[in-house]
Parts: sequence; C-alpha cells; structure tokens
Amino acid sequence: MSGDRKDSFSRGEEFLQLFSRGAEFTKELLVENERLRTNLAGLEQEQTDASKTPEEWDKYREELQSRLQDLEEECESVRMRLQQVEEENQQFAARYLEVEEENNNLANLYVASYQLHSTLDLDEVLKVIVEIVINLVGAETFAVYLLDGDSGELDVAVSEGAEPSEFPSCSKPGGIMAKSLGAAEPICGDPTQPSNLEDPIVCIPLIVQDRPIGLIGIFALLQQKDGFSALDHELFSVMGGHASTALFAARLYSQSERKLNTIQGFIDLLTK
Amino acid sequence: MDRKRILIVEDSPTMRQLLVFALRRMKDVDIVEAQDGMDGLRKVSSDHFDLALIDINMPVMDGLKLISLIRGEESLRSIPIVVITTEGAKEDRERALSLGANEYLTKPIQANHVLTVVKGLLKGEAPA
Repeated sequence: MSGDRKDSFSRGEEFLQLFSRGAEFTKELLVENERLRTNLAGLEQEQTDASKTPEEWDKYREELQSRLQDLEEECESVRMRLQQVEEENQQFAARYLEVEEENNNLANLYVASYQLHSTLDLDEVLKVIVEIVINLVGAETFAVYLLDGDSGELDVAVSEGAEPSEFPSCSKPGGIMAKSLGAAEPICGDPTQPSNLEDPIVCIPLIVQDRPIGLIGIFALLQQKDGFSALDHELFSVMGGHASTALFAARLYSQSERKLNTIQGFIDLLTK
Repeated sequence: MDRKRILIVEDSPTMRQLLVFALRRMKDVDIVEAQDGMDGLRKVSSDHFDLALIDINMPVMDGLKLISLIRGEESLRSIPIVVITTEGAKEDRERALSLGANEYLTKPIQANHVLTVVKGLLKGEAPA
C-alpha cells in the first residue's frame, strides 16, 4: 500500500515537472511571438513611410544598387581567382607529367647501371649491355667492340642483327667510330636515315682512364623506334661510363682469378 | 580493395626489373617473375593471377606458345594478357592478339603507358 502511494507521488512529481516545463515553453513562445509582432509592425511602418516619401525609395534604390555593384565586383574577383586556380592547376598537371617522365627516366637509368654492375663475369656484363641496347634503347642491329689485348685492335665481342664478321672495323679512317673514339664522346647520327652496316647511327666509346677499351656501335633501330629521346641520350652517356667500368672490372677480375689459379697450382705443386 | 597479382614472364632481368619498378607504383599489387615461357606456365598454373605481362622471344618456350596454352586452359582463360616485345611488325601484333593477348606493347616501353594499360585491364576496361 505504502509502495503504491510512493509510486503515485513520484508520478505526480513527474507530471508537475512536465507541466512546469510546458508553462516555461509557453512563456518563451509568447515572448518570441511578441518580438516578431514588434518586428513586423516596424517593417510595416517602414514600408508605409517609404511608400509615402519618394526620397526614402531613392535611398533604398541607391543602397540596393550599391550592394548589387559590390556583389558584381565580388563575383568578378571570385571569377578571376577561379581562373588563377585553374591556371595553377594546369601548371601542376604539367609539372606532374614532367616529374612522372623524370621518374621513369631515372628508373631506366638506375636499372641500366644496377644491372651493369650486378656481375663481375665478362660474358654476363656483355649480356647486360645487349639487353640494355635492345630493350631500353630499342636497337635492332648493333655490335659491342672490345679491345683485344694481343692485337691492340677493337674487335666485335658480341653482336645482334648481323654476324660479327659483317660489322666494319672501328679503325676505318675518317669513320664515325674512329671520330667517336678520338673525341671520347658518344656520337649520334640521324636515326631516320636508311641503316647500313658501313656507318653506325650511334657510337658510344667505352673509355677508362683516357684509354679506349671498347665501343658500342648501333647500326639499325627497331622499326617502331623513330627517333632519340632525351632519355636515349642519357642512356648513351650512362653506357659510356658504367659499361666501361663494368667491362674493365670484369676483365680485371677474370685476370686476377686466372693468376690466383696459377699461383694456387704452383703452391699445390710445391707442397705436395 | 583486394590485392592484385601480376605475373611478369620475361627472360631479360633488365626488363623484369624495369617492369617491377613501374608496377610497384601501383598500390596493392603482388608481382611474381618468371624467366621463360615454361617457368611462366608453371607459375600461372599453380597460382592465381589477375594479369600477365608476357614477352614473345624467350628461351625454352616462347610467349606466343604460352599465350595459346593459357587461352586453351579453361581455368586460366580469363586472365588479361599484355604482350611486351621488340617485334613491332603488324603481323606479329595481329598474331598475338588473335591468340588471345589483350594488349600488345612494343619495346622500348614507356612505364606510364604500361601502367595505364595494366590499370585499365585490372579494372576490366577493354583495350583502346
């Protein structure tokens, strides 16, 4: 019984609170209503006054025109800003493409130099040179000449597109290969000219410590390759530097291996 | 997005490294390398791949043979294939495409172009 009374009291309290909140809300509504009525009355009065005096109308019109002008100026300024942003956007897009291209070029150069120095085996280095010239440069007929220690001549060590014996000698007087070796710089001819096995389109001298140790002569390009890009010239330069040292190091290594084996043979002979 | 698996079948380590460099710029890809057609066939048969980049001139088994074997196998038939080769003649292109290659790119490659083609095929877009 006592529990029922308590429950009734608490419910009564809840109702009272609900009613008092309702009363407060109603009061707030009345105040808001009053404020809006006052505002409306003021606006009506203003409108009535303005309709009564043409000067007030002129004043309003001037204010509106001035506001309109401000808005038009703002609009023009926003339009100009938009144009600037679009121009900046185009510049960023162009720059992005440049960076992408640069990135691709660097990847090519990195891979070329990485592969050239990935081995100390002479045949492997020559294989890498061939891969680079075919896959990265896009050559169809070419030869890699190496210095023959005995004859002192540059002979074809490896070739693609024709037999080694079909390639011309590097020492042909007045030839582009002799010029390139003399200048110690790659020489690049016109890639659109019909190819032949007399004069190469590209000569890349392989020079170490001012001494020629070889030469890469490109005589014909793949049919889909119609010219040289900036990357190709970079690759010629990388090949000139890195292929030379890679070949030089591989030759030194093989010589030292041979000497080591000979010495080991002597030691074995003496000690057994 | 689930990871995509790409198989590179190419005998030149230089080209493989270059292609790996290019493809690694895509997020969420796993790249597997094969050094000739036979190695490629073994790998493509024993694992799931979303795309294969295949060279034509390779020792042991060439790329064209590999493409025809892949297209002849029911479970592998849907793998998009991009040929990357030095062979630029029209008849070589037509032959590879008739065997079932989806795209035919010639060397020297542009990494951006390869990426665009690969991304398109992984999204299921038809080659342009």
